[in-house]
Amino acid sequence: MSDPGASAAADLGYSKNELMIAASARLLVGVKNCFVGVGLPNIVCNLAQSTVAPELLLIYESGVYGARPERLPLSIGDPTLATGATAITSMYELFAYYLQRGLVDVAFLGGAQIDRYGNLNTTVIGDYEHPKVRLPGSGGACEIAIHAKRILVIMRQAQRSFVDELDFRTSPGHSGDPAHDAARGWSGSGPTSVVTDLATYTFDEATGEMTLVTLHPGVTLDDVRANMGWEPKMTPDVGVTPPPTVEELRIVREVLDPGGIYTS
Amino acid sequence: MSSDKVTTMQQAVADLVRDGDTVAIEGFTHLICFAAGHEIIRQRRRDLTLARMTPDVVYDQMIGAGVANKLIFSWMGNPGVGNLHAVRRRIEKADPAPLEIEEYSHFGMVSRYMAGAANLPFFPIRSYYESDIPKVNPKIVPMASPYDPDDEVYVVPPLRPDVTIVHAQRADADGDTQIWGLLGCQKEAALAADRVIVVVEEIVDDAVIRRDPNRTVIPGAVVDAVVEEPFGCHPSFVQGYYDRDNTFYLEWDRIAKDPETLDAWLDEWVHGLANHREYVQKLGDAHWDRLRPEQALSGEVDYGRYA
Repeated sequence: MSDPGASAAADLGYSKNELMIAASARLLVGVKNCFVGVGLPNIVCNLAQSTVAPELLLIYESGVYGARPERLPLSIGDPTLATGATAITSMYELFAYYLQRGLVDVAFLGGAQIDRYGNLNTTVIGDYEHPKVRLPGSGGACEIAIHAKRILVIMRQAQRSFVDELDFRTSPGHSGDPAHDAARGWSGSGPTSVVTDLATYTFDEATGEMTLVTLHPGVTLDDVRANMGWEPKMTPDVGVTPPPTVEELRIVREVLDPGGIYTS
Repeated sequence: MSSDKVTTMQQAVADLVRDGDTVAIEGFTHLICFAAGHEIIRQRRRDLTLARMTPDVVYDQMIGAGVANKLIFSWMGNPGVGNLHAVRRRIEKADPAPLEIEEYSHFGMVSRYMAGAANLPFFPIRSYYESDIPKVNPKIVPMASPYDPDDEVYVVPPLRPDVTIVHAQRADADGDTQIWGLLGCQKEAALAADRVIVVVEEIVDDAVIRRDPNRTVIPGAVVDAVVEEPFGCHPSFVQGYYDRDNTFYLEWDRIAKDPETLDAWLDEWVHGLANHREYVQKLGDAHWDRLRPEQALSGEVDYGRYA
């Protein structure tokens, strides 16, 4: 099977993860705090701190507020997150006083499946009682999706992950009915951006539907269509995702992930 | 000061963990008491219900060893690595036996412990809206606010483990327990339980505890047994004592993929050893030296003396 994102990126001197990281970090311009996940989101937030969001404060669901990791954390409970943090709270405090109270500006989520309205499945592939693949479950994702003011999604794009209908809705996105969404009264406004290995998307304000904004360098609209389970809605002038800059690549490769664990 | 709570892991598990119990070995990445899990496997407990926010490698080991037939949780996996193969075999293929599951979100699980610890009939949270989770778990129930019928929350029931086992940096002989670093829900899980085993890196004089009372998270009043078990969390970590052994988490992925290598591992590292001290010796000094962090002392605060 062809891998358009990878081949194009290889020609251009950066990996597709590096492009996803750079594109995601730019979405954090001016953001004050962010609920961080492990893996790519962690590098994204650290890159944003060095570029577009110098005041960005990192919050981890393990109870860490204002983390200053001195090494790349391999889990959201890494000891490097505790040493030097602004605060460490109990899990209840973190979920109740920070998240539920509406203090979290941005959170990253991902999943095994996403639909056109940004609903996410991290629970099960197949039937719940007789699963084909049992996934990790919600963790904090369900409440994060409801309470963080904005949700950014980073995911690899494929037919099996960008689906017309989820096998299970773990974390709610938009409903498809904007009047309903407006009446929810949640502190969060749901997913606002999706960054994949092929393209970037926003969500249409009138319909709540995922909308193609840019294609990554070397990726065609046919590539995108071949890797999603519905016909994508598009902005009138679909552009090209700006590639990572020399400085962004330097920070990622030399400072944040010198071992290439998440970026190669 | 009473010290009749101080005992060995072997004795604590023999006295306090019974077949059919609901057992919580808590710890959010930090302070996961693998030594207790191994002792429960070694004593071949059966039909346990295992509760924990984040079942990870130690629950994969226990479920692979056949000690449990039910799991209550909010996120299962090998953090930063991938799947729990033994757990998945049982859920997906009933291999070698089915595993009943009852699942929540993190906030739901924390709140279940809160209700258990505070002796409340349920706990309200703003979560689960428009999620499928309540559809597969009838214990998660929507409820209108008595003060505003338009304001709906979800409620979860109390979780009261028969036994909670928590690891910590230190405790005195009566079980007054201090933790720093990630707190997880050690406090809530302990206070919610009927019986509590506290496992620590060091048992200290109660004067050490009294010098810094803000750091005490579990009162000795709810603690039944205090076990000193250095390196008892490995491959998990204890802030300030030893680092997470990420290599082992990666290795477990390979070990657990095949039931035969998993059984062989249990034979060598659990059944083949009398206790955790032998495990520590078997890994060797160089291993522990590699995991020891540099010092990063907290500043002291002045509580003042008011005589």
